[in-house]
Amino acid sequence: MNSRVIAGFDVDAVRREFPILDQQVNGQPLVYLDNAATMQKPAAVIDAIAHYYRHDNANVHRGAHALASRATEAMEQARERVAEFLGGVAREEILWTRGTTESINLVANSWGRANLQPGDEILLTTMEHHANIVPWQMVAAATGARIRVLPITDDGALDLEALPGLLGERTRLVAITQMSNVLGTVNPVAEIARMAHAARALVLIDGAQAINHFEVDVRALGADFYALSGHKLFGPTGIGVLYGRRELLDAMPPWQGGGQMIERVSFDGTTYAQVPWKFEAGTPHIAGAIGLGAAVAWLQNLDRDAAERHERELLARLDTGLDAIAGVRRIGTAAARAAIASFVVDGVHPTDVGVLLDQQGVAVRAGHHCTMPLMARFGIPGTVRASLAPYNTLAEVDRLLVALDKALGFLR
Amino acid sequence: MEGGADLSSVFERVPFGRSIGADDVTESFAFFDDWEDRYRYLIELGRELPPLPDACKTEENFIHGCQSQVWIVHRTDPATGRLQFAVDSDALIVRGLAAIVLAAFNDRTPAQILAADIEGYFASLDLLRHISPTRGNGLRAMVAKIRRLAEAAG
Repeated sequence: MNSRVIAGFDVDAVRREFPILDQQVNGQPLVYLDNAATMQKPAAVIDAIAHYYRHDNANVHRGAHALASRATEAMEQARERVAEFLGGVAREEILWTRGTTESINLVANSWGRANLQPGDEILLTTMEHHANIVPWQMVAAATGARIRVLPITDDGALDLEALPGLLGERTRLVAITQMSNVLGTVNPVAEIARMAHAARALVLIDGAQAINHFEVDVRALGADFYALSGHKLFGPTGIGVLYGRRELLDAMPPWQGGGQMIERVSFDGTTYAQVPWKFEAGTPHIAGAIGLGAAVAWLQNLDRDAAERHERELLARLDTGLDAIAGVRRIGTAAARAAIASFVVDGVHPTDVGVLLDQQGVAVRAGHHCTMPLMARFGIPGTVRASLAPYNTLAEVDRLLVALDKALGFLR
Repeated sequence: MEGGADLSSVFERVPFGRSIGADDVTESFAFFDDWEDRYRYLIELGRELPPLPDACKTEENFIHGCQSQVWIVHRTDPATGRLQFAVDSDALIVRGLAAIVLAAFNDRTPAQILAADIEGYFASLDLLRHISPTRGNGLRAMVAKIRRLAEAAG
């Protein structure tokens, strides 16, 4: 089958924008199917970062010189762009963080410690990444709050029938992923947010996986907080975003102290700056923010509907191909799924599969994917996970399937 | 000890460091010119490691720092003073790597273990150039544990 013709989506043109894809690994053309771990970067992002360091590098919000104003302007333009990208929120509602993990830790440490009382409840789900579990366990231990967990069904969907029984008077926050990093399940977060709000709980959405596959309007979703990572959005590592509703952010205490987050400091007392700077102590990752802004601009120029159709077609081929291999069992078969296929093989350890695929130039992830409670739910040590991006092709999916067949020939 | 009789036979059935020594492994690897042969051989070696009784798969015997689960047990042969090891893992390739390590270390005196040029041995195996750093770390964690045991015994 010709890999190029999917619903008018020119995958070859997209691929050409990603210089890293054009290389050999272990003597074979690279097939990169570890996109849920991190996405590759288009030249536009790499160039924006290089341009910043070559021409504009300066510290932001302080120097009285031309470079400082260029750097500040570039970083604040990136913030505006992200605000627009998330559905046209206010730029003060966009905080720079190191990534999804730090975004969630910020909410846990600032909002959580200021608001949680003994006996209050935080509702998570079985499919959360450790980044959306451990910060809550830490703040629960510090405040006396309790963690409750919304279970999942055998196909890897959230068990929504259990939700009303778990949402109660003491529920203060529902923290859920929009899309599972293991199962690919896309959760009905807007519906869950409506129910959570009816119970007077706040909603934090972990958007790390969803944001690069779907258009997101955080207000339409009902997110009080929305966390994302730049590097999973075609941007650089070390930069992420926390969206928070302005009233919430205004009321929250700062988490980290230092430069830039203050209005006035004296040994008698210190007053803090307004949002977003109140939450951005120290020199921010300026180049990262600019790179993320460039990634968002790149995405805004992509035909996202066509990209989504393309990914759906790849996923269908992947699912069908995996189901055709004897002994392979897919983990995560919910109706609402995107871009990720996880599987186990009878009698074969996932990491062995990962090594033998790598030998054939195919990059996947094998392991527990930072979701040990989810692995325990399925009674497995880990999975092999192939995850897709718009730059992947049907031919690459086929390469994975052939390589998998060969690997299994070694292992059983 | 639970499974004691079992375990004793496990130690006796480990071929590495006995009928299959480090030189045999090095020679075999020198012979292969593609990854398929290397990995087939590695997996074969792994299959020759006798499995540990479940009772031995304890936290104490667990090797931290590996991507998959690895356990190691040891004993000192009272007649010779040599250290004997048995290793198990749920991943075949890790079992193969453990077999390579045991080919150099099993049934040796503590002094021999501590004097062995293990990095030189690894470097002679082309395979190790191709394994990921995390897997390499697991291998080094295995070596570090064996060396600690040798120091304690010596």
